Parts: sequence; structure tokens; C-alpha cells
Amino acid sequence: MKRHALSTRIWHWVNLVCVTILFMSGLNISNAHRYLYWGHWGFAPEQAWLRVPYFPGWATIPGYYSLASARDWHILFAWPFALGLLFIWAAMLINRHFWRDLRIARKEWKAAAIWADIVRHLKLDFDHGGGKYNFLQRLAYGLVLCVFLPVMVFSGLAISPGFEPAAPWLVDAFGGRQSARSIHFIVSWAIFAFIAIHILLVLLTGPINQIRGMITGGREIMGGRE
Amino acid sequence: MKRRAFLAGISALFVGACSKISRSDAGASFFHAAEDWHRKAHRALSSRHALVREYSKADISPFFRGNGSIRVDTAEYRAHVENGFADWRLDVRGMVKRPLSLSMENLRKLPQRTQITRHDCVEGWSAIGEWSGPQLSRVLEDAGIMQGANFIVFRCADTLAGSNYYESIDMVDAMHPQTIIAHRLNGENLPVINGAPIRMRVEKQLGYKHPKYLIAIEVVASLEDIAGGNGGYWEDRSGYQWYGGI
Repeated sequence: MKRHALSTRIWHWVNLVCVTILFMSGLNISNAHRYLYWGHWGFAPEQAWLRVPYFPGWATIPGYYSLASARDWHILFAWPFALGLLFIWAAMLINRHFWRDLRIARKEWKAAAIWADIVRHLKLDFDHGGGKYNFLQRLAYGLVLCVFLPVMVFSGLAISPGFEPAAPWLVDAFGGRQSARSIHFIVSWAIFAFIAIHILLVLLTGPINQIRGMITGGREIMGGRE
Repeated sequence: MKRRAFLAGISALFVGACSKISRSDAGASFFHAAEDWHRKAHRALSSRHALVREYSKADISPFFRGNGSIRVDTAEYRAHVENGFADWRLDVRGMVKRPLSLSMENLRKLPQRTQITRHDCVEGWSAIGEWSGPQLSRVLEDAGIMQGANFIVFRCADTLAGSNYYESIDMVDAMHPQTIIAHRLNGENLPVINGAPIRMRVEKQLGYKHPKYLIAIEVVASLEDIAGGNGGYWEDRSGYQWYGGI
């Protein structure tokens, strides 16, 4: 059996492209109005909870300020991003990847055990825990798959006025359109933080083998883990 | 330091490639297709006359921001302001059986719809206001739309960077109950910064699709021969999406 299922590998790389383009075009869109608000409305600095820094051209798509063009990229890649998420959720439920490898049982939420896991991570010892992934890994992947990525789709839909008649309650569920926009922004940076840590840990644990594993599937060694 | 330069280099290459794709025909056709899918998905997920959220008086923002054109710089418009827009006319023309020229009085005498809605600018900000005016569908009914008409074009008195502002929507949005010709904001006559004396409210779309200083409504079969051919001022000038519901 391969270490990573084909569905996981395809989605991983497609999603990487989507998230990168959505994040960088999102920074360009952010430059159009650099204030974030809570509630239903907000249009002036004195109502804002945050003044967002201006993101330079090297960090944005396109590489110069263009709200129209950045929206083109955002609108296009929202499709493979959202449909990809739907696909991987269906795949994970069908092949039991989520249930078997990512789920955290209630009895695992013990402060001492979690602390021990954190200490081992700080000592750069990652190969522990009974299953495929240890507690912190499952927590991180679980947060990204169950919370961060779906919240990006739903807060994005809540910002869109044309979608509103289909589910007016969605805007309220986020506490208003400007709250949805703030949450969209905050969670995009949470995903950025996840990716930064993810890449760092891949670099620390034999990057060539890790990347090859995510492309070819890799091999599983006796005992279930490589 | 070398690694940083390398990463910055990769980022620049990637950004440069994206910028190139943005300007290519192939890129444009993908972007248009994606925009269409969003519009079709929005339409498929709700009934034609499903409403956007309406708010209570307590939700109204203390001030309604003016954006884009906030006045019309002509002697003619200033004269209209002087006499309280008593002589303002709204023409309804194009593919209609009975072309109309409506006075402010005519518009006020039609059945009115009052709605407290949220205005979302493409830039990201929102403001809530109470708008009143006749439904566009009622005016179009009076004029009688001819067979083969597909779009409604809004002609405006204001200019931006030397070009006349205009916008367009399709029949689905034109017939939507919340699409109104607003002449009142928060119980007062429409202020100049918000498009006096009349502006469109197209509530399922972003702010640039709600043209101000409205002088004519044109019913057309195609948008191709109008101005830059993309269906609106910002669509022509900067490539903004024609469907502003996303």
C-alpha cells in the first residue's frame, strides 16, 4: 500500500496552486481597501479594527495593483479550490483516510500527553504516536481540513452579493458581511502560517523523500510508517 | 541571503508569468468562463425573485459614503441642482414599443418600493441605506419590451476621466423586485454625492453596477456596439467583471 493515496496526492498539488494564487491575488484585492471592520457595514478608517499594510508587487497577483485583474484570478481559482475541497472530503470519507489517520479521539485530549508531544516536536523528534500521524500533526491537518479551508469557501460566498439570495443566513452566521470579510482575511493568514510551518517541517524531515512521497505515493515500511 | 534572493526570484518569475497570462486572450477566456459559472451558479441556487437581505432602520449606517463620481461638473447639472431637479427627465428608449420620457413627478407617482439594503463596493467596504423608488420592472412594463431584447443599458450624466458613465444588466436582474430607480435615500431626496436626482439600485450586484445621475434607460439586444463593448464604464476602462455579483 502506498503511503499517500492517489486522491490525496492529486489534491495536495492542485490545492497548493489554488491556495497560492488565491492568497496572492487576495493580497492585491486587499490593497483596494485596506481597512477591516466587524458587523454588517463599514467604510471609513474610524470604524475599522485593523489597518492592513500595503502589499508590494512581488507578493501580489498580478505583480502591479489591479483590482479588476486580481479579481479575475480570484474568481477563476475559487472554482478548483472549492470543488477540490469537496473532492478530497468525499475521497477521505470513502477511503477512510480521515477516520483512520486524522481523527482525534476524545480520550487523546489530555494535557500531559499533548505537552509531551509538543516537547518531542521541539526536540525535532517527529516519529512518534501510534498511528500514521502524531497528535500535533492530526490537530494541524484537522484544523486546516475541517475549519480553515471550508471557512475560506463559506466566508467568500458570504461576501458575494449575488450569492446572498440563495442563503441570506450565511452572512448573518458570520456576524455580517464585513465580519465575513475580516474572517476571510484572518483565516487566509492562518493558512499561510500553516504552510510556512508545514514547509519548515518537511525541510527538517528529509525534504526529498517527503516530496517524492507526495508525488509517487512513497512506500510503506513494515509497521506501517516510513 | 542567497536563499532569500532565490525565493524572491521564484516569486518574481511566478508573479511575472501571472501578469502575462492576465493580458493574454487565453487567460481572458478562462476568466470570462469562470465569471459566467459564478453567475449561473448564483442563479441556479436561488429563485429568480429571491431577495437579498433587508435590514431594519437601526442598522442604517450614520452616513452613506459617496464614491466614484460624487458630482456632475456641467453648467446644465448645476442648473438642475438650483431648481431642485424639477426639469430632470428619464428617457426609456431602444427596443421598446412605447418610448417614454418620465419626469420626476411621473416617477414619484408610480408604485414605490422602499428597501433597507447593504451597498457593497468592489473595493470591499459596505454601507447600509434606505432607498425608495419605482421598480425598474414596472417602468419597463409601461414601455413594453420588444422581442429579442436582452439587456438594459443605463445612461448617466456623469463623466469619469472624460468618458460617460454607463452600465448594463440582463433581464433577470432588470426584473428583480429589488431593482429600483431610487430617488430617495434615508427618507430624503437623493443627495448629489449619491447620484441625485435618480440612481439605480441593483441589489444583487456590487456598487459599480448601481449607476448614478441616471438620464436614460436603453433596451438593447447586444452590448457589443456600445462604447467599449464590455457593458459598462469600469468594464471598458479597467476590465472589471460585467457580472458584479461575485
